[in-house]
Amino acid sequence: MTNTVDLEQLSCHFSGVRALSDLNLALGEGEVLGLLGHNGAGKSTAMKLILGILTPTSGRVRVFGEDPRGPGSGQLRMQLGYLPENVSFYDNLSGREVLTYFARLKRVPPKEVNRLLTQVGLDHAANRRVRTYSKGMRQRLGLAQALLGEPRLLLLDEPTVGLDPMATRDVYQTIDELRARGTGIMISSHVLPGIEQHVDRVAILGGGSLLASGTIEALRSQAELPLTIRVRRQPSTRFPDTGLHPAIQDAIPEADNSLVLTVATRDKIRVLNELLNLAGLEDVTIEPPTLETLYAHFDTELNEGGTRYA
Amino acid sequence: MHESLVVAGKEFRDGLRNRWVLAITLVFAMLAIALAWFGAAVSGEVGFTRVSTTIASLASLAVFLIPLIALMLAYDSIVGEDENGTLLLLMTYPLSRTGLLAGKFMGHAAIMGLSTLLGFAIAGLVIVVFDAEATLAALVSPFSLFIGSAILLGWSFLALSYLISAIAHEKARAAGMALFVWFLFVLVYDLTLLGILVGTEGQVNESLFQVLLMINPTDIFRLINLTGFEQVAQASGMLAIATSESHSVAGLIALLGLWIIAPLAIAAAVFRRRRT
Repeated sequence: MTNTVDLEQLSCHFSGVRALSDLNLALGEGEVLGLLGHNGAGKSTAMKLILGILTPTSGRVRVFGEDPRGPGSGQLRMQLGYLPENVSFYDNLSGREVLTYFARLKRVPPKEVNRLLTQVGLDHAANRRVRTYSKGMRQRLGLAQALLGEPRLLLLDEPTVGLDPMATRDVYQTIDELRARGTGIMISSHVLPGIEQHVDRVAILGGGSLLASGTIEALRSQAELPLTIRVRRQPSTRFPDTGLHPAIQDAIPEADNSLVLTVATRDKIRVLNELLNLAGLEDVTIEPPTLETLYAHFDTELNEGGTRYA
Repeated sequence: MHESLVVAGKEFRDGLRNRWVLAITLVFAMLAIALAWFGAAVSGEVGFTRVSTTIASLASLAVFLIPLIALMLAYDSIVGEDENGTLLLLMTYPLSRTGLLAGKFMGHAAIMGLSTLLGFAIAGLVIVVFDAEATLAALVSPFSLFIGSAILLGWSFLALSYLISAIAHEKARAAGMALFVWFLFVLVYDLTLLGILVGTEGQVNESLFQVLLMINPTDIFRLINLTGFEQVAQASGMLAIATSESHSVAGLIALLGLWIIAPLAIAAAVFRRRRT
């Protein structure tokens, strides 16, 4: 079975900028991959190479086993959906007209247009000019555009930037629906929280190189990041200052009668058992290491490595 | 081809919607009627003048206006989509760069062609209806040639504006380049030729001069419309020199056609290499 996307030793340099260096990455069929990294890490460049908009300096791109810049690219693009970062449209056309135009270009029947407008929740504004649309509405229209023709591969570049929580939730809901239907999806993001439960795997990019990739679980254990346990006591009681449990790496008291403990993942259950026996315990919350901390970990590792930025 | 037609259709509808078609049609119609009516004012009378005089004055004005309108219409055709961000999106669709360029050009060419045809045809009808001496039969042939060559002139400057649009990386720069091209072809070129002619006291190789005139689409357009009428040719100054050698109208029209195809082909080549 061929992968949906295969990137081998992919580099892309332009005018002295090494946008991407020796990237190896694959997207399996029906897989959802989160492409993470700061601005300028190479996420958008990777997507443009997959779309065939940019030519690689060296290395190989294969989408459904084909070259996206090869002779079969027209056929290939029928099966791709792309939502660019900061999507923009023809301001003087209505949402429906814009979507109809793109549908014709992709040879999608016009009735799809109405279905998609309803799906992204734009049916009430379909006849208004795009000029009057809010950022969220433009993003919804962009998503509808990317979904034209039920693509087998969807590339979403920062789909939730600038969206309010409701709109963000809608975007992720759509992603989950597509994922259930077996669409291969690549989502880039620098907003780390929120993306976790919607992706199968993440790839962390920094300075045009792949820093780490794998499931979030695997990355967590690879980074050996500790988790945070927050315990709150009743106001009248006191926790012992020290010696709660030998496995606790750090304990910081906070103002609202709680204590923030840092514990290695493997010691979690033992420490929790001990904590639950504390007198006057009111609440316990466990916070697994977020992608934010993961990212910081791998990024620091890169910076300490130093050479790859040369 | 399907995709190019979709793009052409959108471009044409945009032209209808933002009133380009209407505006150009009205400008041409009013210009032609006014020239036909006041054309004889220099000789002390007001009223419709001879068809040949009308066409001569129309041609001299069209040479200024048509290139300007064509350049304004399409100077941002590619760089505008690029700045707007829609070019990036279009490039991910099953549409080649040449296909996009061809489609947009066809749409703009339809806008330009339709409004030129409508504008001058309306003017022609008005002249036939209100001028007792003009007959449809006498008017049809020279007016058809004039309208046809005017459309070709418009398309050749559209093609030039596509070239500008493919080269420029900013809309503002494209506007500047369009203005420069207009100045060069419409004003500077002829003045320079005239200067050379006067400076050398007419000692210029005549065939060289013929060639120099062909390097400018506006001069080809003038030749097509002025050579047909002897009395006009005599009155049109510099071009009288060129007309001493007979030009075949078909050959001139083919040359104008070349002025459409060549810039478009270069524009397509530039566009293919452009980094979006």
